[in-house]
Amino acid sequence: MQAAYIARRFGVFLLIVWLAATLNFFLPRLSGHDPVHSKLLQQAALGGYVQSGIEEMTREYERRFGLDKPLWRQYLTYLNGVARLDFNYSIANYPRKVSELIADALPWTLALLGTTTLLSFAIGSLLGALLAWPEAPRWMLWLMPPLWALHAIPFFLLGLILTYLLAFQIPLLPIFGGYSAGAVPALSWRFGWDVLQHAVLPALSIILVATGGWALGMRGMMVTTMGEDYVTFAEAKGLKAPTVFLRYCVRNAILPQVTALALALGQVLSGAVLVEVIFGYPGIGTLLFQAIRENDHFVIQGVVFTVIVALGFTTFVLDVIYPWLDPRISYRRA
Amino acid sequence: MRAVFRYFRRNPSLALGIALLAALALFVVIGGILVDTEDARPLSVPTLRAPSWAYPFGTDRQGRDLLAVMIAGTPLTLRIGFIAGFLGVGLGTVLAFIAAYYRGVLDTVIRGIADIGLTVPGLLVLIIIAVSIKGTLTVNQMAIVVASLAWLYPTRTIRAQVLSLRERGYVEVARLSGMSGPAIIFLELMPNLLPYLAATLVNAVSAAILASIGLEVLGLGPIDAPTLGMTLYWVNFNAAMINGWWWWWTAPTVIILMVFLGLFFLTVGLDEIANPRLRRSA
Repeated sequence: MQAAYIARRFGVFLLIVWLAATLNFFLPRLSGHDPVHSKLLQQAALGGYVQSGIEEMTREYERRFGLDKPLWRQYLTYLNGVARLDFNYSIANYPRKVSELIADALPWTLALLGTTTLLSFAIGSLLGALLAWPEAPRWMLWLMPPLWALHAIPFFLLGLILTYLLAFQIPLLPIFGGYSAGAVPALSWRFGWDVLQHAVLPALSIILVATGGWALGMRGMMVTTMGEDYVTFAEAKGLKAPTVFLRYCVRNAILPQVTALALALGQVLSGAVLVEVIFGYPGIGTLLFQAIRENDHFVIQGVVFTVIVALGFTTFVLDVIYPWLDPRISYRRA
Repeated sequence: MRAVFRYFRRNPSLALGIALLAALALFVVIGGILVDTEDARPLSVPTLRAPSWAYPFGTDRQGRDLLAVMIAGTPLTLRIGFIAGFLGVGLGTVLAFIAAYYRGVLDTVIRGIADIGLTVPGLLVLIIIAVSIKGTLTVNQMAIVVASLAWLYPTRTIRAQVLSLRERGYVEVARLSGMSGPAIIFLELMPNLLPYLAATLVNAVSAAILASIGLEVLGLGPIDAPTLGMTLYWVNFNAAMINGWWWWWTAPTVIILMVFLGLFFLTVGLDEIANPRLRRSA
């Protein structure tokens, strides 16, 4: 039963990977956009003279890149490359491969996103649970309206406001980048502290917004859970309030939150891309932004594919963990 | 009129949402009369002036009057949201009813696509679509690009609603009395879902605006249109924050905040109409 469940989930993951690759391959070709030709024209324009042999050059490059072969051959070559995480060369930074650029940027995004998602999920769920709990301190009720309002704001907009307040008006924190301009990336305490300082504002703008969402969801679930008979029974048995709160209410109310987490990851990531752009944070979002500016199709495709696969994999892991959190699930066909 | 106010007192979120959006509408309508929106084009006013009586919102580096930009751009951004939102909810509703009412293979396929599509980060797929389109986008094309994913979430949630509705007694009675499938969908199910559809629509509009602003900030928007997102793109492009040109980003930020907060409180208010059980728990 367990194995069948995991296999099915893994099948869905493979399907996502294949769909992402296929989308990446066919969408740009549907538009009839010729990246080699337009790039050569652009270069010729930069050089300031009109090249007469540009058509022949295009054909030559297309032969080298295999673009003159039938579409299905190109598709198979592409899938083969993607399977080995080979996304070709970056057009804008030529000698570098797309996979290298992504490997440089990915740790930044993973660290920023992993920390902020875990923190906001934990804080938000706890806060939401307390907000629904009648014995919680009264002042917590005042947190509701700001949480609601924050929850409706896009991450990057809050980022702009926070930057102005905490980096421009009161220069507490650095405005831009992932580390100071002069710093050399190394595994030292100084560099680590520098990186941490630069990460505070981007992280804060994600955490403040996301926490509100988790708190609202958790509060809703807690209200329903606390109405259940087994909670009344637990109270009647004379169990201590913290036990009822944690082991009876939170334990059950957290389950839909985890399901929501799997669904929310995509949105959080979309938002984080923009946060990185606003702060010039050296992660996937900024890489993508530069690639869009420079019309670097291979980098754009590589980033989008990598992110979709990474997210699909995270969802898969969450799916596998889920039956362990909720033992009922493995007996049901999902 | 008095009844409306009494209801607003019971449902303050709805009142707040409507008030915020009405304020925006007034701003655009009155502004459109008083201010020449031609000044939203580059090179029409002196550059980089801080707010003053002549230019209440200041001017940007390319010589746009930011007040005129806001008056011209707010409706454009809302238009993208509404076109994409309506297309998304419309398509989503049709698919959801087909899936949930007729079940079977179609249901499995539609649900599968919606489920998988929702785990994928929407903005990135939109980026691939926007990059693949030749040349710069117009505002309407932008709306269609955003709409291409806007149906996923409505399909999923409306389907769940229809699934629970179709088991109700009155649907059973209608079926037994020989009503056809489409008749049941339009005469029995649809009217009961209307408040829910309205809440879903507002949600979809909000999500579409968010997606369009995201694309615009990344530089994939309609370059020559003065939408709110494009204004933020120019803010970022010219590093207005570091240079201390605070008025440049304040105006679009405040208006975008009003749009999102207004739509959010509107959904909360509509949710309360659609789902009265929430009232007891709130």
